[in-house]
Amino acid sequence: MAGMTLASARKALEARKISAVELVEAHIGAVDSLDGQLNAFITTSFDRARAAARAADERIAKGEAGLLEGLPLGIKDLFCTEGVRTTAASNILRDFVPPYESTVTANLLKQGAVFLGKLNLDEFAMGSTNLTSAFGGVTNPWRREGSDAKLVPGGSSGGSAAAVAAGLVLGATGTDTGGSIRQPAAYCGVAGVKPTYGRCSRFGVIAFASSLDQAGPMARTLEDCALMLEAMAGFDPKDSTSVDRPVPRYTEALERGVRGLKVGIPKEYRVDGMPPEIDALWEQGIAWLREAGAEPVEVSLPHTKYGLPTYYIAALAEASSNLARYDGVRFGARVPGASLDALYEATRREGFGEEVRRRILMGTYVLSSGYYDAYYLRAQKVRTRIQHDFLAAFEKVDVLLTPTAPSAAFAWDEKPDDPVQVYLNDVFTVPASLAGAPALSLPAGLDRQGLPLGLQLIGRYFDEETLFAAGRVMEKAAGFTHRPAIVAEGLA
Amino acid sequence: MSLDTRTVRRIAKLARIGIDDAEAEGLARELGGILGWVEQLDEVEIAGVPPMIGTGLAAPRAREDVVTDGTVTGGACREAVLSNAPDRVEAFFTVPKVVE
Repeated sequence: MAGMTLASARKALEARKISAVELVEAHIGAVDSLDGQLNAFITTSFDRARAAARAADERIAKGEAGLLEGLPLGIKDLFCTEGVRTTAASNILRDFVPPYESTVTANLLKQGAVFLGKLNLDEFAMGSTNLTSAFGGVTNPWRREGSDAKLVPGGSSGGSAAAVAAGLVLGATGTDTGGSIRQPAAYCGVAGVKPTYGRCSRFGVIAFASSLDQAGPMARTLEDCALMLEAMAGFDPKDSTSVDRPVPRYTEALERGVRGLKVGIPKEYRVDGMPPEIDALWEQGIAWLREAGAEPVEVSLPHTKYGLPTYYIAALAEASSNLARYDGVRFGARVPGASLDALYEATRREGFGEEVRRRILMGTYVLSSGYYDAYYLRAQKVRTRIQHDFLAAFEKVDVLLTPTAPSAAFAWDEKPDDPVQVYLNDVFTVPASLAGAPALSLPAGLDRQGLPLGLQLIGRYFDEETLFAAGRVMEKAAGFTHRPAIVAEGLA
Repeated sequence: MSLDTRTVRRIAKLARIGIDDAEAEGLARELGGILGWVEQLDEVEIAGVPPMIGTGLAAPRAREDVVTDGTVTGGACREAVLSNAPDRVEAFFTVPKVVE
């Protein structure tokens, strides 16, 4: 089973070389033996997984297999799963058991996927390190050469990225608000796709910033991401921002090639202080695409530098509004108080972690009377200009190529104290989120210390197919077969 | 841009998050730092630019005017809604006394 992928496991199940029960047991064994070192799981659901695997074997025997029949996945603990605790990595939802299923996870279950459990994340998906989880940080399965320092997996989908990289699951769901799929994918050496805003339903996904949140797949190859996205995507009447258009067969776009494709290289992404290795990898990516017949074109996205501050105003404003629902009355934890206000204040002080409280306060400030126009409305207007940058670029080119993150994974104790410094991790991923454009990250190489680095592709609205085609060309050229220090032998 | 602790306490009150004096000072510094950083947006020319509220990719739509609680009937829906209440009395959520 060495070098197993979602696609290869699917073929093995189809050919009856392995049963779903065996496949799922092997992955449960990997979680049992390795997750003590990673802390990627908040909750495991092995009994359900075993029952689902038996049912999958029966459907395979009857020739009724779904697209993901019998394949073990992990679910970011931001997706509501009926009857399985869903925490958003927050104390305020420590004992929350949703009475309903998110649309994305329901779509995966419909296709026969088997869920091993709920994966760790930054609290309420707010962070780029996975260190803000109330259930403890996640450890990146990668190590620097000759060092055993614990590294961050990135965030917020850090548990998803770590679990996929270490071979605990064949694929995982993530969500991306400003880079929360792409940045951890890059830090952990896996592939991740943030689809166009509106492609995957947000119903049942615990909200952070509703105009930016988007679910997507994370897996070890782009083919695996394409398979998962086919199952996850689709119109949902329960999400008012869901877009009603057919879901393409993404897997069929993979080998389309890039001949004649125009690849934009945004000059504003050449930022000061970027490690030379990341610059070199970016040049390498351009060369790979050129050799396959694409034409690199320099483009300008003039408002790039305003992406991060715009993002933080918009996202924090929306977060302060979305998180008003955690009041200790209808669901979630409660800390008693003598008055209703005292109950609210005590509950929210105890229930939310430091970063979440800081973001709610910041969001409350920019929405408050007297500051709304100066901060929030201005940010929304700058967001329009950022969107227009992308629309103008896509009149000249078919896809954009950039690095995913300005650094490789860093150590737990190297996290800066200044929140603004932490926010800078998202400098390359935030602009596409603001525009609502689809983007992916693929593992493209290692740095001098042996840590994975990612390249990002950004596409036109609903043109995930071109992302997969261009990404596949680079994936083949990169031949990324490196594996982390902590890995389930035979599974990844 | 700097914030004073009085403003921080006012925001915390609006957000219904309890804070103590020591926290107010730390937050004033941190939030002031973030506000100073976002002030660079003042450089951007925004005259005549409409605000981007969403991506505008989804067409606005109205649903059919029908009850949409689907197959959950016979009081089961009520139980599901109440199932995560931190405290309840029969079919009601509870709060501290708000009327004297």
